[in-house]
Amino acid sequence: MAFEKDFNLDATELRLGLPGTSEESEKQASTTLRISNKRAMTDMNEDSSVAADKKCDQETAPPTKAQVVGWPPIRSYRKNSLQTKKTEAETCGMYVKVSMDGAPYLRKIDLKMYKGYPELLKALEDMFKFKVGKYSEREGYNGSEFVPTYEDKDGDLMLVGDVPWGMFINSCKRLRIMKGSEARGLRCVV
Amino acid sequence: MSEDDERQQSPPSDLDFVSTKARNCNATGSGSAYPDQVLNNVLENVLHFLTSKRDRNAASLVCKSWYRVEALTRSELLIGNCYAVSPARVTARFARVRALHLKGKPRFADFNLMPPDWGAHFNPWALAMAKAYPWLEKVHLKRMSVTDDDLVTLAELFLGFKELSLVCCDGFGTGGLAIFVNKCRQLKVLDLIDSEVTDDDTDWISCFPEGESHLESLIFDCVECHVNFEALERLVARSPSLKKLRLNRYVSIEQLYRLMIRAPQLTHLGTGSFSPSEIAGQGDQEPDYVNAFAACKSLVCLSGFREIIPDYLPAIYPVCANLTSLNFSYANITAEQLKPIISKCHKLEVFWVLDSICDEGLQAVAVTCKELRELRVFPVDAREDSDGLVSDVGLRAISEGCRKLQSILYFCQQMTNAAVIAMSKNCPDLVVFRLCIMGRRRADHVTGEPMDDGFGAIVMNCKKLTRLAVSGLLTDKAFDYIGRHGKLIRTLSVAFAGDSDIGLKYVLEGCPQLQKLEIRDSPFGDAALRSGLHHYYNMRFLWMSSCSLTRHGCQEIAHAMPHLVVEVIRSADEEEMDTAAEILYMYRSLEGPRTDVPKFVTIL
Repeated sequence: MAFEKDFNLDATELRLGLPGTSEESEKQASTTLRISNKRAMTDMNEDSSVAADKKCDQETAPPTKAQVVGWPPIRSYRKNSLQTKKTEAETCGMYVKVSMDGAPYLRKIDLKMYKGYPELLKALEDMFKFKVGKYSEREGYNGSEFVPTYEDKDGDLMLVGDVPWGMFINSCKRLRIMKGSEARGLRCVV
Repeated sequence: MSEDDERQQSPPSDLDFVSTKARNCNATGSGSAYPDQVLNNVLENVLHFLTSKRDRNAASLVCKSWYRVEALTRSELLIGNCYAVSPARVTARFARVRALHLKGKPRFADFNLMPPDWGAHFNPWALAMAKAYPWLEKVHLKRMSVTDDDLVTLAELFLGFKELSLVCCDGFGTGGLAIFVNKCRQLKVLDLIDSEVTDDDTDWISCFPEGESHLESLIFDCVECHVNFEALERLVARSPSLKKLRLNRYVSIEQLYRLMIRAPQLTHLGTGSFSPSEIAGQGDQEPDYVNAFAACKSLVCLSGFREIIPDYLPAIYPVCANLTSLNFSYANITAEQLKPIISKCHKLEVFWVLDSICDEGLQAVAVTCKELRELRVFPVDAREDSDGLVSDVGLRAISEGCRKLQSILYFCQQMTNAAVIAMSKNCPDLVVFRLCIMGRRRADHVTGEPMDDGFGAIVMNCKKLTRLAVSGLLTDKAFDYIGRHGKLIRTLSVAFAGDSDIGLKYVLEGCPQLQKLEIRDSPFGDAALRSGLHHYYNMRFLWMSSCSLTRHGCQEIAHAMPHLVVEVIRSADEEEMDTAAEILYMYRSLEGPRTDVPKFVTIL
């Protein structure tokens, strides 16, 4: 049935890498088109991987053919209408506050700048001068004093990395880098 | 003719030299005045019943008397090219015009192929009409430049003005609209379709006069600015005759609901964004959208869905069975999201959709929509190297399921001759066949052959075909087919096709009904242009851009044909004395070179 496509089993698959990294899903996703769809959870993963991929493709793919004026013959109004959704989403930015326990002031980052968890965590590490440790689904982050967490739409405190990247950037309201000792009880309860 | 309607074109009403013949022949009863008068009265009463332009043109050619009476009684004027005839000539001939249809720029201007400010100003027409036909009720403009002042003219100088329809127009804004709607107390129809409306920060919706309105149609889905919703709601509430309402994307689904419950008599609805406003929280009580749609028992035409949240689609289930027209061409939905809707649309005759539904979605359409007459499939991603979502598979499926198809516009990345041939056989009623293979000069992706045979089959098998747009890899052979078999073709669009002059020759020599020919980026030169001399007076226009024409070649044509206006248009930065003719736009005209020519246009 069609439902199987929607479960995105890859995302929950046990892997050694950090969540959000999957070459296959990135390649496949590049063929789907952006759907500016606030609600459909099932589309979110594809949606965001495409967002990330558009940037990725631009860097690594061979240069696209120069577009010819007026071809294909679509009226500007129609082109712009469909594009508005793209660019509005693209230029909007997804800024969230980032706090770190013990730091005097907060920072703000644009989640859309990152393709996945690895980039995000690296950026946080650089910004706050700490190391994040190794992630595993079972044990969270091991080997570090600090743990990246976030507050989601429902106001709950979650561990960064547990959910697929797409779902994460759509539900993350703010980030908090907690002291490891406080974070001990935090596990993915799925 | 437009891309939207395929009314039969008639013999030219704008060519005076044909009707001069008529003038020279005498009417009967050259004796006393009375028989003439009686005859004229009778004629007038009889001709009053003639409505079609074709019939009227024919009647006007019978003799001088008939010409005069016809001119007195013609109430609806259709002018396919605003530069073919001047306002002065029109007002001199026709005495009692109530409705004016006027078309300006050529269609390729829609795709940025023409520099802006080329012309087609409504202003001289507005002023001339105001003097000659103060009782004018209806104005329909397509691809014209309309200013705010023109809107004011319409509102102030035509007392009983009832209907304004602006399709693909520009040059005006919400400021002009505000004055227009305020002063037109008898307004029944305001249709703004695919037009560019400047946001002057004016709340035009509030400017409709208070009290019961006569509005029957209000279409503003192309207006890209917020509207005062409360004012709109009050307007709808006091418009009992309102049948057509098409909202813009700034109207949320909650607002749509409020309007729908006030206007269950609607027959045509454009739903606006079809998504909730951002302010609505997730926990809020949602209105009963299904009920609102169920209450609209007369709804036959549905469009909008400009920012659709597919979760809300089931709301339209109650109206599907009655729909004859459904426009999803701004709704990025999948096949799975489409299926539950389309499976209920048994009566659907017109369907516009995005290729996001893929071949699978088209197959679903083919299963249910047996009455389909017109299909348009637009690309979500309009670039020539984007991934193709629909293909020959979808086209074939449609041809097998929708046998009554008359008109198709299909954008795809790749196609096969076999699928096009199948359509030519399965859909013999095709009048309009427009296939746009977005990859330029792309061959049949299975055989590697040019697409000649596919289009050849279309012109051979579809005996009613009047409009054709070709694409893909095409040799002169394709044009040979068109010239041989496309005997009814009136409009032909060619892009990136053909090998040599002979291709164009085939068409100009073979298609006697050809009215509108638009060609871009094809290797046709001066010799090919010459081969159409016998026919150009029968055409509305010829457009050729980025072909192999020279100024000299165009000059020859201009010299040979005095009633042809030959415009050579260059892009802003081009040199004046360039030998190549980048854009040729030529059209028959009674007036000679127009006086409002911008700098980048040279009339030869």
